Amino acid sequence: MGKYKVSFPHLGSYFVPLEILFTEGLDVEYIMPPTITKRTLELGSRYSPDYVCAPFKYTLGNFIETIEAGANTLVQTGGGCRLDYYGELQGQIIKDLDYNVRFVNLVKTKSSLLITLYNGFKEINPDMSLKKIAKILPVALKMVEYMDTFEDYIRKNAGFEKHPGALKEIHHEFLNELRTVRTKKELNNTYQRYMKRVKGVEVEKPKNPLKVGIIGEYYTIMEPFSNHYIERELAQMGIVVDRWMNVSNSIIHNSKNKMKEHIKNYAEYNMGATSMATINKALEFAKKNYDGIIHVKSSGCTPEIDTMPVLQNISADYKIPVLYFSFDSQTSDIGIQTRLEAFYDMIMMRKEAKN
Amino acid sequence: MKIGIPRAFLYYKYHYLWETFFEELGIEFIVSPETNKDILNRGMTYAIDESCLSSKIYLGHVEWLIGKCDYILIPTISNYASSGTVCTKFQAIYDVVKNTFRDKDIKLINYNIDVKNSDFEVKAFLKMGRFLGKKNASCMRSYLIAKQAEKTARVMDEKYQEQLLDEKKIKILLISHSYNIYDKYIGAPIIDYLHDMDVIPIIGDLANKKEAIYNSFEISETLPWTYNRELVGSIVLYKNRVDGIILLSSFPCGPDSLVNEIIIRRVKDKPILNLILDGQEGTAGIETRLESFLDIINFKKDDYSGKI
Ligand code: SF4
Ligand code: SF4
Repeated sequence: MGKYKVSFPHLGSYFVPLEILFTEGLDVEYIMPPTITKRTLELGSRYSPDYVCAPFKYTLGNFIETIEAGANTLVQTGGGCRLDYYGELQGQIIKDLDYNVRFVNLVKTKSSLLITLYNGFKEINPDMSLKKIAKILPVALKMVEYMDTFEDYIRKNAGFEKHPGALKEIHHEFLNELRTVRTKKELNNTYQRYMKRVKGVEVEKPKNPLKVGIIGEYYTIMEPFSNHYIERELAQMGIVVDRWMNVSNSIIHNSKNKMKEHIKNYAEYNMGATSMATINKALEFAKKNYDGIIHVKSSGCTPEIDTMPVLQNISADYKIPVLYFSFDSQTSDIGIQTRLEAFYDMIMMRKEAKN
Repeated sequence: MKIGIPRAFLYYKYHYLWETFFEELGIEFIVSPETNKDILNRGMTYAIDESCLSSKIYLGHVEWLIGKCDYILIPTISNYASSGTVCTKFQAIYDVVKNTFRDKDIKLINYNIDVKNSDFEVKAFLKMGRFLGKKNASCMRSYLIAKQAEKTARVMDEKYQEQLLDEKKIKILLISHSYNIYDKYIGAPIIDYLHDMDVIPIIGDLANKKEAIYNSFEISETLPWTYNRELVGSIVLYKNRVDGIILLSSFPCGPDSLVNEIIIRRVKDKPILNLILDGQEGTAGIETRLESFLDIINFKKDDYSGKI
């Protein structure tokens, strides 16, 4: 311990299982990546090529912040689309900035996922023990699933709390306690306890509340700063927020064949990255008579841009409004607020007209 | 039966193959004209605002063909297996076209190349031929002839460029996707300008593809996209025989945004100019940038030869 101070860019709350995986499984010190802020984006933008997609800027900025926080080993992954090339360029940029750190790019090895991970782990800590990893990995994975279920419940109820902020507080405590968990048993206990607590929070949901589905690109949809806390805004307007995209759904419960069949009238080919899930969920929300759909992405995100003609057709066919957001480092909070309010007024009026 | 071929995107990689294939099969086809302001404007009307300039141009060509043929050829590409993948646009474009022009009377003919899942080119062409009502044997024959024609044309292009590389004039290597560099609207003005200045443009895309891919690893290890890899490899092949490099991209090209940055950070021994076109600016601004770039190169050249 102590020699390797490892970090991975921040994404939502997933630093918790990552911390456990790194400290318990890989026997290295884990440097908690600082929360994403305006500064992260500024730092990242300063050293990024101009028109690269926003997640590149965020993760680069966050790498620099973790170096400042003491990290000496940075880890980057792939994941289809441009993400596969993030690592090599970010490694080069950090090297050119004269930071003396190791950059572990998990994309390097063109082999199966397991071998890639194994080689990656070995690079992070040459003395790692597979046994330890085998012990903690299932806990970390299950934790991701539990966290996702937990957050899903919050999204659907945060708009209707009797005492606003209660759910958020429990969520916070939940994450803190998860950080101390080391076994499946502890994990299950913690999860059940907190699930009970969170379900005990008083909510006053109307019979037929406004429902909005959120779809879009991986990073922007999951990292709340990058989407200007859009879910929080929606909740404050008293809307049930539904979002399928999270780590467990996209990695563990992702059936491409089912999606392909479901969306075949709209798209035959996979447009890359999160595009299939985006179209699939849009269609599902439309069929389920949601009041609206919000599409979020980084500006210039090719796969999600390509879904837009499809979303426009789904919107026309099912008469469901879709609001499109494209975020870059220039996006202003006020602009977003105004568009959200207009959207809210519109779906509210439509709902009243229907009833 | 008449096939419409948009003069954009893959046309510039495959037109020898397509044109010979259809000719041999006795199928009539029409190619949309060179990109002009009108085609670009049509593309901009139909495309999602944020799409790359090249895909806007593509949609403009597709729109031009509507009503002028029976089927519009929209091929898709997923990957070339070990030599890499392509920009997701080349997989998406079929559905993008279909959804964009849904309300127009438009029929598409498509083939898909997905080498990883053994959808090879030959298979794709046989399928296309069958769809057009032709017998397997004659499709196969046409494909082989087309393939030969493609090969011959490529070798000739490469040879011609070799000659250019031996000329004593100033030479600039243009690193740009074929559909950008050969496009009348994006690439041609740059090439014309260089000619006017008595500079020889060397086209990275004409380098031998196999050799280029092989050499590309010298610059980048994990670069996932085949087309960019071919271009990066051409830098390795041609670098020592040219005086400067121009990276020409369409705004906001996803792959190029990263790859150009890698090139700029790793290729240190030649002057590099990074040009990004969005179809809005006039040529004046670009000419100024080209002019000062050529000044730098001339200055360097004089410097090396001891002349002032
Ligand atoms: S999915 Fe979009 S945001 Fe993510 S790497 Fe690809 S282009 Fe960038
Ligand atoms: S590689 Fe660039 S220019 Fe070509 S389709 Fe993709 S984004 Fe557009």
